[in-house]
Amino acid sequence: MILVLVEGEAAPAEVSLEAVTLARRLAGGLGLPLEAVAYDAGAAEGLGAHGVSRVHVVRDERLGDYAPEAWAEGVVEVVRRRGASIVVASGSDRGQELLAHAAAQLDAPFAANCVEVRAGDPLELVRQRWGGSLLEEARLSGPVKLLTLVPRVLAAEPAAEGVDLVVEELRPELRDEHLRVRVARHEEPEPGKVLLTDAKVVVGGGRGVGSAEGFGSLEELANLLGGAVGGSRVVTNLGWRSHADQIGQTGARIAPRLYIACGISGAIQHMVGCRGAKRILAINTDRHAPMVARADYAVIGDVQEIVPALVAELRR
Amino acid sequence: MLNILVCVKRVPETGARITLTADEQAIDTTHLGFTISPHEECAVEEAIRLAAAHGGTTRVLTLGPAGAVEQLQNALAMGIEEATLLETDGGDWGPQATAAAIAEAARARAEPFDLLLFGNESADNGNYQVAVRVAAALGLPCVTGIKGIEVVEGGLVARREAGGGWEIFELPLPAVVSVREGINLPRYPSLPGRLRAKKAEIERVTPSRRSDGLEKVRLVVPAEDGRPVEILGEGPTAAARVVDVLRELGLVAS
Ligand SMILES: Cc1cc2nc3c(=O)[nH]c(=O)nc-3n(C[C@H](O)[C@H](O)[C@H](O)COP(=O)(O)OP(=O)(O)OC[C@H]3O[C@@H](n4cnc5c(N)ncnc54)[C@H](O)[C@@H]3O)c2cc1C
Ligand SMILES: Nc1ncnc2c1ncn2[C@@H]1O[C@H](COP(=O)(O)O)[C@@H](O)[C@H]1O
Repeated sequence: MILVLVEGEAAPAEVSLEAVTLARRLAGGLGLPLEAVAYDAGAAEGLGAHGVSRVHVVRDERLGDYAPEAWAEGVVEVVRRRGASIVVASGSDRGQELLAHAAAQLDAPFAANCVEVRAGDPLELVRQRWGGSLLEEARLSGPVKLLTLVPRVLAAEPAAEGVDLVVEELRPELRDEHLRVRVARHEEPEPGKVLLTDAKVVVGGGRGVGSAEGFGSLEELANLLGGAVGGSRVVTNLGWRSHADQIGQTGARIAPRLYIACGISGAIQHMVGCRGAKRILAINTDRHAPMVARADYAVIGDVQEIVPALVAELRR
Repeated sequence: MLNILVCVKRVPETGARITLTADEQAIDTTHLGFTISPHEECAVEEAIRLAAAHGGTTRVLTLGPAGAVEQLQNALAMGIEEATLLETDGGDWGPQATAAAIAEAARARAEPFDLLLFGNESADNGNYQVAVRVAAALGLPCVTGIKGIEVVEGGLVARREAGGGWEIFELPLPAVVSVREGINLPRYPSLPGRLRAKKAEIERVTPSRRSDGLEKVRLVVPAEDGRPVEILGEGPTAAARVVDVLRELGLVAS
């Protein structure tokens, strides 16, 4: 049996349906049934159309909010009771965390951030290293194998033919130690703030912006375009911007319609954060900067002259 | 009092492009320096701050080749007190073998650690699991991806970003926590710190290597899409042309 972890409350999360799509192809290739584990009955909604024959919904009175070790124990019990040989999840924060815990408990191998997986034993797969700037072809072997799929590389698709879905409650045998770590409360996002990850235009600044004050004209430009301001690691490290604004391997992954990269050289660790941008406009004094080569449009020159001129032109 | 262990990994400092060795097994580091993940730099900083605030000891550990002494010395220069090298003959160790060796080294200490800090993921391999496996091997609670730690009576309060807001975890000590860049702004090593680090004795241990179910076949540099760039102009006079492009893209009203 192949098991897929499905996140979501009222409905399955889109990234989980991507994982279901991959898991269904593996199940087809190996001639195995496909089952799911979920933590809310809502997440089971419509999974039959995606080829899932059985969903195990984890329940326990002591389980309120997210508790990584207890949730992972749900995965472990389904694997043991139903004999799963492959477990798939999305490479979301919770997906990575839960499969890491389950893999540790099962003493099984876990390949994070796969982009391609071929059915077989061992599994042959391609996974991301360096945040996606390098790929690794690898083999995953063992009686149980776990893997996560990079979000948004594979479009979620329903099965050619849906199947009848059985929804079952699963009561894992939780011990106190499974409940040691839990979410005690939440803080909601600031209302009205344009998130970097959702912005349709992002104006990014790097070392070439010159100072914290230098970001003033970038802010103006972002405001005029209804966008958000971001930056490179150099500017967050220098304290010119807060880390929340960082784009890249250890910062945010953005996907705007346009990314305006001002005074940013285009290091690979920065580029993996802005690969999702439809178009890139580079503003840089150096015509040979990697960012210029990787952009769709470029203006050669000083950020502190060009951005204010652009703001003035938009205000005309 | 907190006895803190922080785990870091030596990785090449790649620039604008990655070049592989001829056998496609590794990054060609002939012209590269080495560093650690920004997440791990923050873990080092957090260890120093927590020990300063609550008292206790700090130790940095890495599993890697002899050259990884450089990364240990950088952590010592920032203010970590002691260092351990689990020395290998180079080459990648998989996440199961790495975690087993780290857990073994932690277990071997007379004074157990109260807090083990990791990066959320290693910069190069990004396996997202070594911290969790070490926690499981030591029977400790674990939380990952943390951007805020507060020590409270009996344990920790740890914050993780989720959808623009925050999830706030509570967990008892001793514990394993993996952190993300942004939890703090790491200090630069001081000159006296650097001098002290050069002289500090580094504990060397030869780790035993268990098998791994994840096995690298080869590395591949992904193809770039090679779209040509259109130079819109030089200097501020290009502004009008840029606004035309913004109109074409439908980002400003025409
Ligand atoms: C493991 C790891 C993770 C990392 N994660 C990230 C990450 O998440 N995000 C990130 O950004 N980086 C990350 N980095 C750092 C990355 O490697 C680069 O060091 C960083 O992106 C460089 O920032 P920069 O482009 O602002 O600075 P620089 O590389 O110094 O580039 C400055 C650019 O500005 C141009 N310039 C200078 N003056 C002007 C001017 N007046 N007008 C116009 N242009 C000008 C220059 O020509 C140059 O192209 C990471 C590194 C490692 C090792
Ligand atoms: N070779 C290593 N030596 C010391 N710590 C490591 C090593 N590999 C991984 N780690 C730690 O485990 C974290 C997660 O690594 P990974 O599971 O590879 O993504 C890293 O950020 C480090 O803190």
